[in-house]
Amino acid sequence: MLITCPYCGPRDVSEFTYQGDGNRQRPAPNSQNLDAWNEYVYDRLNPAGDHNEIWQHSGGCRIHLRVVRNTLTHAVSSAVAVRGHHGGKP
Amino acid sequence: MSARRTEGGGRIDRARTIRFTFDGATYSGHPGDTLASALLANGVSLFGRSFKYHRPRGVLSAGVDEPNALVTVLRGQAREPNIPATIVEIHDGLVAESQNRFPSLAWDVSAVNQLAGPLISAGFYYKTFMGPVIGPLKGTRFWMVCERFIRRAAGLGRAGAVPDKARYERMNAFCDVLVVGAGPAGLTAAKAAAEKGARVVLADIEPRLGGSANWSGEVIDGKPAADWAAAAVNDLRAADNVRLLPRTTVWGYYDGNTLAALERVSDHKQHPAKGEPRHRTWTIRAKSVVLATGALERPLVFPGNDRPGVMLAGAAERYANEFGVLPGQKVAVFTNNDSAYRAAHALRQAGAAIAAIVDVRTDISADMLDFAGKAETEMLTGHAVVATEGGKALTGIKVQRFDAASGALSGEPRSIHADCLLMSGGWSPAIHLASQAGARAEWNEALQAFLPPKPNQKWTGAGAFTGAFSTTEAIEQGHAAGLTASGARSKHFDAPAVEAAPGAPGSEPVFEITAPGKSFVDFQHDVTADDVRLAHREGFVSVEHLKRYTTLGMATDQGKTSNVPGLAIMAAALGKEIPQVGTTRFRPPYAAVSLGSLAGERYGDLKPERLTPMHDWHLANGASMYSAGLWWRPQIYGHAGETVEQAYVRETKATRGSAGIVDVSTLGKIAVQGPDAAELLDRVYTNMFSTLAVGKARYGLMLREDGLAFDDGTTWRLGEQDFLMTTTTANAGKVMQHLEYFLEVIWPDLKVTVTSVTDQWAGAAIGGPKAREILASCVEGTAVDNATLPFMGIVHGEIAGVPVMICRLSFSGEMAFEVYCGADWGTHVWEALIEAGKPFDLVPYGLEALGTMRIEKGHVTGAEIDGRTTARDLHLDWMLSKKKPFIGSAMMDREGLIAADRLQLVGVVSLDNRPLNGGAHIVEQLDEKNPHGSIGHITACCYSPSLGKYIALALVEGGKARHGSRAFTSDPLRGRFGPVEIVSHHFFDPEGSRMHG
Repeated sequence: MLITCPYCGPRDVSEFTYQGDGNRQRPAPNSQNLDAWNEYVYDRLNPAGDHNEIWQHSGGCRIHLRVVRNTLTHAVSSAVAVRGHHGGKP
Repeated sequence: MSARRTEGGGRIDRARTIRFTFDGATYSGHPGDTLASALLANGVSLFGRSFKYHRPRGVLSAGVDEPNALVTVLRGQAREPNIPATIVEIHDGLVAESQNRFPSLAWDVSAVNQLAGPLISAGFYYKTFMGPVIGPLKGTRFWMVCERFIRRAAGLGRAGAVPDKARYERMNAFCDVLVVGAGPAGLTAAKAAAEKGARVVLADIEPRLGGSANWSGEVIDGKPAADWAAAAVNDLRAADNVRLLPRTTVWGYYDGNTLAALERVSDHKQHPAKGEPRHRTWTIRAKSVVLATGALERPLVFPGNDRPGVMLAGAAERYANEFGVLPGQKVAVFTNNDSAYRAAHALRQAGAAIAAIVDVRTDISADMLDFAGKAETEMLTGHAVVATEGGKALTGIKVQRFDAASGALSGEPRSIHADCLLMSGGWSPAIHLASQAGARAEWNEALQAFLPPKPNQKWTGAGAFTGAFSTTEAIEQGHAAGLTASGARSKHFDAPAVEAAPGAPGSEPVFEITAPGKSFVDFQHDVTADDVRLAHREGFVSVEHLKRYTTLGMATDQGKTSNVPGLAIMAAALGKEIPQVGTTRFRPPYAAVSLGSLAGERYGDLKPERLTPMHDWHLANGASMYSAGLWWRPQIYGHAGETVEQAYVRETKATRGSAGIVDVSTLGKIAVQGPDAAELLDRVYTNMFSTLAVGKARYGLMLREDGLAFDDGTTWRLGEQDFLMTTTTANAGKVMQHLEYFLEVIWPDLKVTVTSVTDQWAGAAIGGPKAREILASCVEGTAVDNATLPFMGIVHGEIAGVPVMICRLSFSGEMAFEVYCGADWGTHVWEALIEAGKPFDLVPYGLEALGTMRIEKGHVTGAEIDGRTTARDLHLDWMLSKKKPFIGSAMMDREGLIAADRLQLVGVVSLDNRPLNGGAHIVEQLDEKNPHGSIGHITACCYSPSLGKYIALALVEGGKARHGSRAFTSDPLRGRFGPVEIVSHHFFDPEGSRMHG
């Protein structure tokens, strides 16, 4: 599996760390809505197909990426910096 | 020259002789021989005993599909079991032995298993190892003892017990076109792609490239096929954009056109070159792949089809043509297709007599009758073999009239004398890699074979792999595939003329001759046709379940020969067609892969090691080093004759009595800098850091999002926007990633930079009643008295001319200071501290003493912050700020996390003056015979010099309420039972008077 890091180019998956489901929404820090927290901490989407994920280029530039990965084929159709400095392009 | 060796031909070099050893006897062969061909040439027919029934077995095939002739190859003391003799190249000094026999191959006591056949049929292991469900032996240990012996009787080779000294390595390769298989199709493909300028890698499992050209006896481009192939290989070798990888099994096809291959670099050499690895794992990223992996011949399933001397027809043809070996002198042939006729002809030409060709079909083409005529043999059409005769070698076969449509046998059986039986049940394209790459294979009725699926990765098939079994087609397809793979457009191709052997590609849909006796489907796992039917009667209808229940196709050969016959027999039992039953998906690896090649250089001395700046000093001063993750840290600085316990007790006493120093460079250190640094710390720590004064440090606790404890450490405020965070050694990387994640993904608005500076600082903790005096004597530029350097204060100064940063904090419970300097000056400053400490009897201490002092103080580490404990469980609830939200604050008060019966941190004192064990259970009632009723476990233990007792920290249900009560340690694994008292985890100086001074 290859992920194209906007800074470093196409790199092997072994350089990256999976940082979880990219669809999760963190409640406001002072929110007391336990259901919302529960959903954020424990619930994960598990689609058969394209999935939004967060990956960190931990063995490279250490940037966090929003990655769209097909869970059936590992094909990565998009990888952009979470902070979006470069709109996904170096 | 033995009677079995032909006068000429083949790849062997008759001018040279090689001597090797099999089961203690010395044999000779020639360069080019495999162990199988050399032993066959020596008249050896018995190669091993079968897995379950210990039946005598010979050689079935000539390649990687071999299920029977598995041997153990010895390299010094190292043993490599379960290697097919058909892929072992002989060399002088080769030592191999047969497997699964006792006391010898010829006289095997377990062969009586054959008589017990009905008792050890399909599902034997499942049924047996459940044990008796009723009766006196139900659920007893007796059954577990039996299991050991049953398991020993079954099985294959025995792995060695000594470390493998061989070297393995890993290699990455990138190419435009990877061609797998170097037969006529693969060679042509590689040539076509290379001529278009593509970077080509051509890999083949065999030592000699050329595939079927090496044994087909055909003529290509006016030359014998083998010579044509050799010339093509030479052309490719001369091209600098082509890399040839002989002896290389491409065993895995992964996503993104990434393939894994195993190259057997030096197994075939008596003396590998200096530095040459034994095996090399290739990770190949190919823009495009040409799969030209050929086809595997299928056996026919009939009683006695496993007797030594029964062999695949194509394999016999290979032995005769490629190795110059006759597998028998009087050969019979049993087939359901045309390909075996060519084999019969080849063996006749090589000098064998052909006793008969038994064909299940009645309608035989003129070409095949012509072959039979040249082979000077009797034709028995519409016949089948119903039995084989002989003991450890074939002496004859029995044939009967057979109706292919109904499967019915008729007439009287007739015996035919033969010492070798060639069988052919048709051919299965080797579609394994295509199957691994994605889609499901499709059944082709005409060819009676599964054909490769449509590509969903970038590969093109060529040759027999696609079901095109003729050499003419293989060359045409290979050329087209090579062009496609290199991105070139196909144009007119002057294909070399091929004088191919005639024959139709398909086979008659006959897989089994149903007659009394054991008919083997999976030779390696001893699965018979009756086992498959039994599994069906017992209710297994899914092909995946059947496979697991009977273990069909699950041996080391992965069912290369048994897959399709097994499916066909199951389909018949189910009354379905083969495509309705479906096939299992092939998974990597295609063939056995050495574990060493997967590890490559990542073991032993070559594992990454992290050494602190003072590492050499520790070694020079008697430290025993201890690995903590990747780090190496001093365990003790032992004196001559001291035990570990004596050493740490001495180090602890000296520290508490005067002063001790310990290397703390391994602590994780993260620079947290920027306008919002304090805000970030307030959010990630449970307690406040924005209120921390510059020049002061504070102990902090982090939780995970789910409210459980994550890590602890002190963070120092070096400036208004400049903090130095320390983490536990083990969690340094995780904490760094945690901070980076929140800064980038959750709070991108915070203006903070985090930088790992673990390796930039060397750290020494010096503690004890004399620690301050020692520092005062060597630190310049600052005072270290109580007013200048109060508890948790930070000062900057110099030691021996080097700038240092000193924070007064304590893990040992003593008046203690952590001294940090640039890593390059670590040993310089350390030695200055040691020198300054001499008048005060300063001792260096290791991890054992460090742990002892922290247990005495009741400080927590990773053993207690184990991912299951909360701040409250560890009595750290005083650190949970109520003034601000922080990571984990919303989730930490959930019902289950504040329950009264949770495991809580306590101290434990041994009441029988014997050591306690980490991981031992704590129980209220001791029951040594039937240990039960755990109320918690010990997390850390030591002998406490301060208390003069063996103590421990433990996590115990409702722990705080149990202070002062009796309990027991129960450790059945190590046989340690005994009374303990549960106490507060603050064993020593609970008021902290020593560290506050």
